[in-house]
Amino acid sequence: MALPTRDVVGVLSDNMRMRGSVLPVPARRASRWARRLGLPMGGPTVLYTGLMYQIIPYIGSLSRLQARVAASPLARFGGLARLANRASRGYGLALVARPSRQEQAELDRVPGNVVRLLRAAGVDVGYLYEDDLYTGALAYDLGSDEVVASHARRVAAAFARHGVREVITIDPHTTNMLRSVYPKLVEGYDVRVRSYLEVLAEHAGEARAPSAGRAVVHDSCVFARYEGVLDQPRRLLAAAGVEVLEPLQSGRHTWCCGGPAESLYPEKAAAVAGERVAQLSAVARDCVTMCPICLVSLRQACGARLAVRDISEYLLDARRSQAGVGVST
Amino acid sequence: MSTVVTSVLADELAVLGGFDAGVCMNCGVCTAACPLGLDLLPRRLLRHALLGMAERVQGESEAIFSCLLCRACEANCPAGVHIAEDVRLLRRWLLGKFEEAQ
Repeated sequence: MALPTRDVVGVLSDNMRMRGSVLPVPARRASRWARRLGLPMGGPTVLYTGLMYQIIPYIGSLSRLQARVAASPLARFGGLARLANRASRGYGLALVARPSRQEQAELDRVPGNVVRLLRAAGVDVGYLYEDDLYTGALAYDLGSDEVVASHARRVAAAFARHGVREVITIDPHTTNMLRSVYPKLVEGYDVRVRSYLEVLAEHAGEARAPSAGRAVVHDSCVFARYEGVLDQPRRLLAAAGVEVLEPLQSGRHTWCCGGPAESLYPEKAAAVAGERVAQLSAVARDCVTMCPICLVSLRQACGARLAVRDISEYLLDARRSQAGVGVST
Repeated sequence: MSTVVTSVLADELAVLGGFDAGVCMNCGVCTAACPLGLDLLPRRLLRHALLGMAERVQGESEAIFSCLLCRACEANCPAGVHIAEDVRLLRRWLLGKFEEAQ
């Protein structure tokens, strides 16, 4: 028995309205990676994570919790979960669904990877720390436009307060929200938005790293079909010495990882992820993703058939293996 | 059971945003391309909305909220329908109905 759609959507919308994120995590915890790198606060160009890599492990844990509740007699009382979430102080149900320390540590590492890659390319960025807010991507997908519009104005005000004119993003969903959705929601919004893959591709020279093996690339639907980011990751991987292999469906015709259905229908999400794992594992054992949702979804479905890693890990490995290139770790 | 065709629902969706399912040719490519493999999504769903079958659309909320918004359908649609945005608009409309029912 699945939990009622109305109640699960209600919990996510309430969180967005009350706590500024569908699944809030403490701001200090979400930005601790930046303190270690000594990133300056604000400035004309900032890296904006939208907390996606930090939040996604919680979504995975919440859906596993949800699957256990759905299989129990508690499924009949989904409305109570919404009431409990509304009434609870602090972070609501988010902290009940705490992910494993290892999973969290790996995804927390990605923003730091990106800063190191940008620095190596000569691009310095600031950071907004507690003002690096979730953009509302999932709430927007669910149709909570009014709640997201209000939140978007808060994000735009933070950009203005910190003198931000250009934002460099990491994941496709934050890129899409800030670049293609916010201009429709916030009057006068005028911020240049590029993903770090686009920025790195602009700065990439002709140099090629020594061969670093082969890997199958899994395009994010949002990068491929919403934002047109297709060529950049392939060029960067090739420059990093990775032989890029294409699965049965790739590029503009990429196959979804199933992740967008995870928070409401985990079983359907798992079925789609399983199909994608079959396509990817038919080509190679190593797989590159560029979205935290894809990473977690494919990992949950692949078992030992695939080794799935974020593209930033591949790119940083290549930098580290090149003698004389100073990338601090 | 007879069905009364009405544009009320399509008009409500048009107010919410650019609901453009009216240009759908009902060819079925979207259904064939859908990773979820649901027979319902998206062309029949859009047809129900265009015909004003509000109660039926409300009964299809699981299909509507299952959609991955991955745009695999759009990448193949010969009529250029913004299917994912149309589904998102149906979600907005359904959220309003959920709130009314509370």
